[in-house]
Amino acid sequence: MYSEKVMDHFTNPRNVGEMENPSGVGTVGNAKCGDIMRIYLDIDENHIIRDCKFKTFGCGAAVATSSMATELVKGKTVEEAMNVTNKAVMEALDGLPPVKVHCSLLAEEAIHAALWDYAQKNGIEIKGLKEPKKDIHEDEEEEEY
Amino acid sequence: MDKIIYLDNAATTKTAPEVVEAMLPYFSNYYGNASSIYQLGAESKKAVTRSREVIARSLNADVSEVYFTAGGSESDNWALIAAAEAYEAKGKHIITSKIEHHAVLHTCQYLEKKGYEVTYIDVDEDGIINLEELKKAVRPDTILISIMFANNEIGTIQPIKEIGEIARENGVIFHTDAVQAYGHVPIDVEAFHIDLLSASGHKLNGPKGIGFLYIRKGIKVRSFIHGGAQERSRRAGTENVPGIVGLGAAVERAFESMPQRSQKEIELRDHLISRFEKEIPYCRLNGDRERRLPNNVNFVFRFIEGESMLIMLDGKGICASSGSACTSGSLDPSHVLLAIGLPHEIAHGSLRLTVSEENTLEEMDYVVDCVKEIVDRLRQMSPLYEDFVKNL
Repeated sequence: MYSEKVMDHFTNPRNVGEMENPSGVGTVGNAKCGDIMRIYLDIDENHIIRDCKFKTFGCGAAVATSSMATELVKGKTVEEAMNVTNKAVMEALDGLPPVKVHCSLLAEEAIHAALWDYAQKNGIEIKGLKEPKKDIHEDEEEEEY
Repeated sequence: MDKIIYLDNAATTKTAPEVVEAMLPYFSNYYGNASSIYQLGAESKKAVTRSREVIARSLNADVSEVYFTAGGSESDNWALIAAAEAYEAKGKHIITSKIEHHAVLHTCQYLEKKGYEVTYIDVDEDGIINLEELKKAVRPDTILISIMFANNEIGTIQPIKEIGEIARENGVIFHTDAVQAYGHVPIDVEAFHIDLLSASGHKLNGPKGIGFLYIRKGIKVRSFIHGGAQERSRRAGTENVPGIVGLGAAVERAFESMPQRSQKEIELRDHLISRFEKEIPYCRLNGDRERRLPNNVNFVFRFIEGESMLIMLDGKGICASSGSACTSGSLDPSHVLLAIGLPHEIAHGSLRLTVSEENTLEEMDYVVDCVKEIVDRLRQMSPLYEDFVKNL
């Protein structure tokens, strides 16, 4: 059901961990729905993302999208990091099963939440960045059987 | 991956080699239609009758009360819908439990749309239904009580005899979905006052696509599949003769081996339970400790998610299942785990292991070692665990 890349990032996730004194940290998702993602960013004075760590509670796709998202934002400026969309994460993973697309959305939201935290702390504005939603599932409707 | 350790026998079982062997002649040698007049057809008919006798004997039922179907889901659908329609004149109220299989729950929802009223009885923290609540739920217009014999996820066995007595005293039909229990624990339809019983072949080392519905003599149940006069005109369609033969062989095998098999499975089951509880912190056994299917182990491990566990176990050659949302295809975890009172975030971290007599204690030790390592690894990755540890 998962691509080789997803399996690779799930079994050997990159950048798992915590960070002391991060420049920005964001936690999104909701344990009720079964996925929570936390992303830590270490950003230098030129607004370049030096390092990125994550922790995720969730399924295989949730772990793999977190891992890929951290890889994609590393070395980028905060503005460039805005281009790491859920679509970009999915493409980098050679696709996700339809029921798992929301996991890639979660990864995008987690990065945005961490960037928002950084922007707030430093009083700067990042183009296109909006305040993160508290719960990424709030707009989703449950499937009816 | 050189060897697979199969621990998902509640999902399906390996078809036993002797079952396959019994079936084989009925594909290309005795392929006649059981309804035909010639000798070739008579061979098929004889084989169908033989299986029906084996099943009737296993339940303490009469041969005329066993009706072959395509499996457990068809049996559940048929029992509920046909009984509801047949007894509509008496009333339109049905009682079931919150932890039934979806073949029952979704059929109840269908009936609700058709104007029936359904009461869903609660279960306690071990998954046993509340008999007092059941008694109180019975009304003059109640026509059917449908309570599963044993639960497919947590393995809890219901007080079926007591439920049967409540139904009998109130003149209500009692259906039980025995898909997980049949062939694994003794069932006596007379002693337990069961009027309708669903069972499936592939849960007891028989083939897939075959099952039966037991219908007590005198219970009005109309035909569900319309057509020919097969199954006493109650279930049309040319008999799945190889399937029926396979089911009969599997039932014979299951009932002969039940005492030794249960003993072996219980030994494996209890070994898993005791090692998990001793060696993995923040876990909980789901389901009743005593009133439990011999082959069922179900745990939740806090701070982690089930699907991740399953993929990692698969990587180690272990087949298991989970009640997490990601494995159910929706955002909600298993309705059974929610019904026994687990919060959503904990219910996502469930693991079900269902053993068979072919497993060994050595395999169980390997499985526990793998689960320990995987739970630890996933907790190191979990923001929930990180927060938990910080707040200790």
